[in-house]
Formats: sequence, C-alpha cells, structure tokens
Amino acid sequence: MPKTIKYQDPATIQRVLRTGRSIAVVGLSANALRASHFVGYYAQRHGYRIIPVNPREEEVLGEPCFNSLTAVGDAVDVVNVFRDPSAVPAIAREAVAIGAKALWLQFGVISDEGAAIAADAGLDVVMDRCLKIEHARYMGRMHWLGLNTEVVTARRRIKR
Amino acid sequence: MTDLPDRQFGFRTRALHAGARPEPETGARAVPIFQTSSYVFEDPESAAAYFNLQEYGNTYSRIMNPTVAAFEERIANLEGGVGGVAFASGLAAQSATFFTLLSPGDHVVASRALYGGSITQLKHLLKKLSVELTFVDPDDPDEWDRATTEQTRLFFGETIGNPGGNVMDIERIAEVAHNHSIPLVMDNTFATPYLCRPIEWGADIVIHSATKFLGGHGTSIGGVVIDSGDFDWSNGKFAVIAEPSDAYHGLAFHETFGMYGFLMKLRSETLRDLGGCMSPFNAFLFLQGIETLPLRMDRHVSNALGVATWLDARSDVISVSHPALHYRENAALLEKYLPKGAGAVFCFELAGGRGAGQNFIRNVQLFSHLANVGDAKSLIIHPASTTHRQLNNDELQAAGIAPGTIRLSIGIEDIDDLQWDLEQAFA
Repeated sequence: MPKTIKYQDPATIQRVLRTGRSIAVVGLSANALRASHFVGYYAQRHGYRIIPVNPREEEVLGEPCFNSLTAVGDAVDVVNVFRDPSAVPAIAREAVAIGAKALWLQFGVISDEGAAIAADAGLDVVMDRCLKIEHARYMGRMHWLGLNTEVVTARRRIKR
Repeated sequence: MTDLPDRQFGFRTRALHAGARPEPETGARAVPIFQTSSYVFEDPESAAAYFNLQEYGNTYSRIMNPTVAAFEERIANLEGGVGGVAFASGLAAQSATFFTLLSPGDHVVASRALYGGSITQLKHLLKKLSVELTFVDPDDPDEWDRATTEQTRLFFGETIGNPGGNVMDIERIAEVAHNHSIPLVMDNTFATPYLCRPIEWGADIVIHSATKFLGGHGTSIGGVVIDSGDFDWSNGKFAVIAEPSDAYHGLAFHETFGMYGFLMKLRSETLRDLGGCMSPFNAFLFLQGIETLPLRMDRHVSNALGVATWLDARSDVISVSHPALHYRENAALLEKYLPKGAGAVFCFELAGGRGAGQNFIRNVQLFSHLANVGDAKSLIIHPASTTHRQLNNDELQAAGIAPGTIRLSIGIEDIDDLQWDLEQAFA
C-alpha cells in the first residue's frame, strides 16, 4: 500500500489529471517498449495532448520533439518527467519559467529539491507516482486487471 | 465530477466494497457475472493496445474477466497488496507462482509442515522441472538461513501449517529471505487476511486457496496470488522478471510496469500459457463469501478454540494441535501474528491409533466427512488415509500427523451441538 508521503496527495493527483490537457513528457522515448512510451501512448489515447521533450528524437507518437521545455512555445499544463533525478531541479525551473501548472515526477524520479522549486512557485507537484497508473486508478480501467485501485465508493463511475 | 475522498476504510467495510464499485453502464450494485469468453474491441488500434499491454483492456477471459478482477482486487486490498491474479484453484495459483519465478537449476526452501498437496507439488512437479528443494523446520528461522544457497530463489511457508498448526515467525523469516535477496512466499489460506496479513510482516507474495474460508461455503474451487509490490525484481537474481521477455516480444516487465511487474508477467505470460483461470461464476460466489468473512471468522475461531480446549481436557485424547495449545509456551508469537484468533483447523490424536481414528469418523453425525476445510459447516477427516496419503511415515511425522490423528475444520454451528457430536463419537 502506498505510504502517505509528500507530493502523493490523492486530491492533487485527481485535480492534475482532471484539469490538465497538455502534457510535456520530458525524456519520452521512441522505443515502444520503454515505460515513457507506454505512458505517452496511454495519455494520448485518453485525450491529452502529448508534447515530447527529447533532443535525441525528431518525432514521437506523431508529435514533433522539442529540445527543452523552453523551446515548446505552446501552453503546457503538466510537465511529466522520465529523467535521472539529478536533472529534475533544472527541469523544475524551466517548468516554472514556462508557466506550467503541474510537475509530475514518475516512479523513481525522486528529487526533493526539484519538487520544492516547483511547489514554491505554486505548481501542483506529484512525485514517485506513474501518471498512467493514477489515471487508470481514478478514471480508467485499472480495476479490470485485478490491481488494487484502493478506491472504495458506492458511487457510479464517471466516464472520461 | 467530484474527487474521491482520501480515507483509509476499515477491514469490514473493505470486505464488502473493495473492488466492487457499481457497474457504470447499468448501475448494478451486486458485481455482475460477466459470463463471456471474449470481448468486442472498439477498433483495431484498441485491440492492438490491449494485447501490447499499453492500455488496460479486456481481451479473453482466460487472461482477465471483470467479475474475476473484482475478486482479485478485493483480496489484494484486504491483504494490503498492489494487486492479484486469480486461478482455477489454490494449487494452480501456487504452480503459476513457481513457474513465473523459477528456472531449471534454481532451489526452493520450504516449510516441511505444509498441506500434503503442496508438499507433493513441490517435491514431484518441481523436480520434473529440475528445481531443487530443501524442507526445513517452520519454527526455526536459522534452519531457513542455513538451507539457503546461491541458487535459492524463494522461501515458501504457511501462516498456519496444515494440519499441524505451526505458526511461522513471518517477520524473522522474511528478514532471512531478504538478506539473501529473495522473496518470501506465504500461503495465507488458513489465517485469511482477517486474522493475519503476511505482507505487513515483510512477506512479498501471498497465495490463497479461496475455496476455504474466503468462499466460506464449500461451493467453488479457486485460488489467488497477491503481490506486495515491494520486492526488487531487478536485484540480479530474477532475470525472469527483469530481463526482456522472449515470450512477450521483448518486454522488460519490471522496468515497464514497476511494482506491477511480477503480476503483469504472472497474468500475461504464465496464466496465458498454463491456462488455469478462475471462472466468473466462481469469482461471484467468492465475492459473496468475502462480504461476511469477518463475521464468520470471529465465530470460526471462537468455536475452534472452545472445541480444542474441550478435547484437550479429555483423557482419551493424546494431543491437540490447535496453535493456542501448541504454542502455550510461546503465546507472544500468537499475540503478534494472530491476535484475533488462530484459525479454525486443527488436529487431535486419539489414543488407539488408526483403527480408533477410523471408528471416530464413522460415528460423527454433524461433522461432514470430506476433504476440504474452511466451510461454514464443520468438517472432519483422517489425514493419514486421505489428504496426506502420498506422504511416507517420516514425512507424516514431520508434518505432525500420527496414525490416529483426526483433522477438524470447525464451522459456525452452535458449539454445544459440535461438542455433543464429538462426545457421542467417542462412545
């Protein structure tokens, strides 16, 4: 069972997933077997606009790649990070600079410094959590695979 | 749309609700029985995404089914795991776990006081797959440590031994396993998550025969595997989970699915290939049973302790294996792992050996003579001639079974009636 730690607040997670529309995926791989590709593909299927940030690729998931967050230009709601934790503080500063609304650090991408930079600037921050899993938990079909959503409610599911 | 509340609900609430959110299309409150072999895909892209595991989607009921998934999620939730995979039986769940984790040349350390079917499975099935095995004393953590080799890939034991009543020091044995970078796999059938949750004490994988107390009414055969999500499959010893899989077009399960890596592999490869899936109807019956698990277990354990104590006071009974009597000298162990009660299955040994045992079984009126445990109704059997028949005398002795041993599974009847039945069977 997930331990309750900072930057894993269920209400914050649900708010980011519900209000976000565009997701810049930093470190999105073109290799369909990599976790970042799984997440990007999934989010795209569920109606999010995916903006790949990866200087080593030209196009991923049918979208042009950008070298950095500051090169994107368009509005970014969520910055989703698949990079070494040491790269996170710089990414967080860029996320603040471009006016992103949330910084989402994937499993193992743990950087208290980076998280604090974003949180101090007013961004929602999620850390050491997978965007695909959390979407599937609250609004998707995680319950179809016998995974513990930890959702206990007598309310009907609202589709998205 | 409103957010879901952030609340940790109690065990009884989760036994009723976990995994069973109202069905979105119809609003059905009971979990519907999705009695279908397969599922219509929206379009070719969706079908591909489901088979590639890029999207959670139903493909074929051998691999997943929404009714079965509600059962899997409920047990995962009650055990405190990240998820579960259901199987056609407890032994199917166990063999699938072994198939997923082990390769030829690997070694397993297991308790020697296991259910006879598990001992047979380990000894004979795993031997065919060139897996080596060492049985050890479940009560002696040091023996587990000494038995471990470079090739050991898992420890296997039962929370409450069947039928000897051994209670494992899960926390210590998990520590030994983790010192060797291997997982502790626990069969928690006899305790159920209501009495003990091995994951809270460090176990990595929990297996159940759902046929027993979870279902609770002796109607259906089924099993389930729960993963804590905490084990590091990328520690160098489990290439079977961590390395790209030839059986799934090069997918590296641990890297891609993180804490769900083992479960995804167990489902999308082992269950797919071995095929021992749970039927949706059985899953439905198990879900009904689990709703009342806490109520039933309270009565099971109080009746069982009452009958065991009553038997123990008799001069024509040599011994009673109920953990509360067996561990009289070590009450702290029971208080730690089984504070609500030490299960409802135990043995007693009649003076008079095999003949006395068989006569006793002939005399009972209310206890059902059959090869199962964990029914709401009380059950009785003579292990030496049935459940443990494949074991030789040394193995029988190691499992705590004598020729005159009788195994009882105490139900939720009026305890006076149970004692009346046993009393007249002694006559």
